[in-house]
Amino acid sequence: MKKYILLALTFATFNSFAQDKNSNRPLPKVDIKTMSGETISSSSFDNGGKPIIIDFWATWCKPCIEELNTIHEQYADWQKQTGVKLIAISLDDARTMQRVAPFVNGKGWTYESYIDPNGDFKRAMNVNMPPQTFVLNANKEIVWQHVGFAEGNEDEIYEQVKKLAGVK
Amino acid sequence: MSLPSAHCQPPVYKQKFYAISLLTLLITSSASAQNVLGGSIHGNVQIDGQYYLADTLIGAPNVPEHFLSNGFANFIYERDNFSAGLRYENYTNPILGFDSRIKGNGIPYRYLNYKNDELEITAGNFYDQFGSGIVFRSYEERGLGLDNAMDGLRVKYNPVNGIYFKGIIGYQRDFFSKGEGIVRGADLEWNINESLKCLDSCKTKFILGGNFVSKYQDDQDPVYILPKNVGCGSGRLSIIRGNFNITGEYAFKGDDPSTSNNYIYKNGSATYLTATYSQKGFGFTLAAKRIDNMSFRSDRTATLTSLNINYLPALTKNHTNILAALYPYATQPKGEDGAQAEMFFNCKPNSFFGGKYGTDVTLNYSRAQAIDVKPTGDDYGYTSDFLKTGKDIYYEDFNAEFNHKWNKKLRSIISYVFINYNKDVIEGREGFGHVYSHIGIIETTWKMNSKNSLRTELQHLYTKQDQQSWALLLAEFSVSPHWFVAAFDEYNYGNNIKTQRYHYYTGTFGYTRGSNRVQLGYGRQRAGIFCVGGVCRNVPAANGFTLSITSSF
Repeated sequence: MKKYILLALTFATFNSFAQDKNSNRPLPKVDIKTMSGETISSSSFDNGGKPIIIDFWATWCKPCIEELNTIHEQYADWQKQTGVKLIAISLDDARTMQRVAPFVNGKGWTYESYIDPNGDFKRAMNVNMPPQTFVLNANKEIVWQHVGFAEGNEDEIYEQVKKLAGVK
Repeated sequence: MSLPSAHCQPPVYKQKFYAISLLTLLITSSASAQNVLGGSIHGNVQIDGQYYLADTLIGAPNVPEHFLSNGFANFIYERDNFSAGLRYENYTNPILGFDSRIKGNGIPYRYLNYKNDELEITAGNFYDQFGSGIVFRSYEERGLGLDNAMDGLRVKYNPVNGIYFKGIIGYQRDFFSKGEGIVRGADLEWNINESLKCLDSCKTKFILGGNFVSKYQDDQDPVYILPKNVGCGSGRLSIIRGNFNITGEYAFKGDDPSTSNNYIYKNGSATYLTATYSQKGFGFTLAAKRIDNMSFRSDRTATLTSLNINYLPALTKNHTNILAALYPYATQPKGEDGAQAEMFFNCKPNSFFGGKYGTDVTLNYSRAQAIDVKPTGDDYGYTSDFLKTGKDIYYEDFNAEFNHKWNKKLRSIISYVFINYNKDVIEGREGFGHVYSHIGIIETTWKMNSKNSLRTELQHLYTKQDQQSWALLLAEFSVSPHWFVAAFDEYNYGNNIKTQRYHYYTGTFGYTRGSNRVQLGYGRQRAGIFCVGGVCRNVPAANGFTLSITSSF
């Protein structure tokens, strides 16, 4: 009897595994901080059904800054074409988190920006090292991700965004 | 001294060849999460390995195992309000430069978590911090081998708008075992505007917070009567008005004789104060701190990086350029006065300084020095005047950075850094004195076309002390979105001992596909201090091949 139960259980597991295999992963709900230190949940991210880019960066990470600088130059066009929103998540901890707001403003970036001072959101999103970039669809599910940055990667991100927004 | 690469990787090097099969698996696997039993499973993995070659010239040792590696894999299961996770770690033969106590393997991190809009309960391991972490912070810094995760219970409760409560109890992780002291504490944060529902109508916002943490450790000392319970608490306040933000936190700790403070019965305190102003195109930060006898550990005999309950951030810039990071700073928990000022501004395009495309400028100054100390000759050790500072300078750093775009294809970052480094205090040695260094860096990125780019770095460090002057040349060629190849040579050309004018050269090659990344390198690693977030480890000289694999799935 035990054997049959086990068999049935195994089958059920594989069955459910096979059924949903490639469905997308929802955005985890984690508390993060606004640039002025208020607590907010990642579940409040919203772009009215348009695509969202989530970019993990830090003030001490050079390629991250390069990436956000590069996208910044084209961001207005991207928004106009696809309605995309970029949410920048800084991994600066207590040592450097006070630098984040002046840094972001000093650069003139217009991204929605938050801080993840103890890496909770980073862990929930399985980020190894910044920069790591995620693209979310209308249902706020993660459909694409990329690690690292080299000049030209921004085109790849935008291709994903255009695909989601149905823009050619 | 991270290798040149397109992401910010602590210097994790080298890996085993059985990893090649795993590598194939990762590269061919899709980046999407797997759905099991109505929930999803996702995770990430990192493997770093190093194949060592003896190099007597630079002092690289002969490693009997030849190949050493560090690796870990995280798995998280999520369904609705429930999540569970674990991390398997493999440090069976850890890479040189990590604390030797890290040796081991197993699952030291696992948890179950339930979270709804009001309540969150975690059983097992968790990371958290109260306020800025100067009383309690459990965190991980995998590149440094640091992990003081709690193992116990945590409750987070948000009963009404603006009130955030956290309670914790447990033991702390100490490599592959646990500290013997029990840590328990609670934190309450009150966002006044949120609870008064005047988020937009009130011009000034206030966030108030307070916490208390206590540790319990039995006293079996035959001579001294040591406190079994030691308490530490803090209060904090943030005031935000328009573009201004002022944040302060003051922490106080009861008497806590320990190995770190040579068993004195004096109490401790820490004060952090920050003021920032920013608007589009301009930002300014001013910060000050004072630390007095604030080492707080769950085992009074713990040393080095073990079993820290609190985190005392350094108020100095975290340099990322290799030569600017040659002399890094870490907070001195016994006592320190520190201050930092920083200014960011953006010279607009089509202005005199901005040129056609604009220039970003950052100016930064920081300093850390001794606190005032008057020895008392009794069990209390010393007294200290809060408003006075000591004479000894521990660290001083002035740096300026100009980030300018010349045209659509060419961008440069030009930096100057001056560092005054108190080698005796920071490295805990004697007879070296200060190292005064001047560093100049020119970094240029040339975007050749939409796929290819070439980045070069020219760095020079001038000093008369220590090992004298260094020069560095780096070139990195990337083909978006998958490939990069980089090489650099760090040359101690100014060394007074002519036979020690070594070249430390490294070549790296990397492949990225989505969230999978493989990096292979060969080179000579200079002995030095490697830091992340103000905490450092010593990396010995090495020669050999490195392999690093990271993946998220």
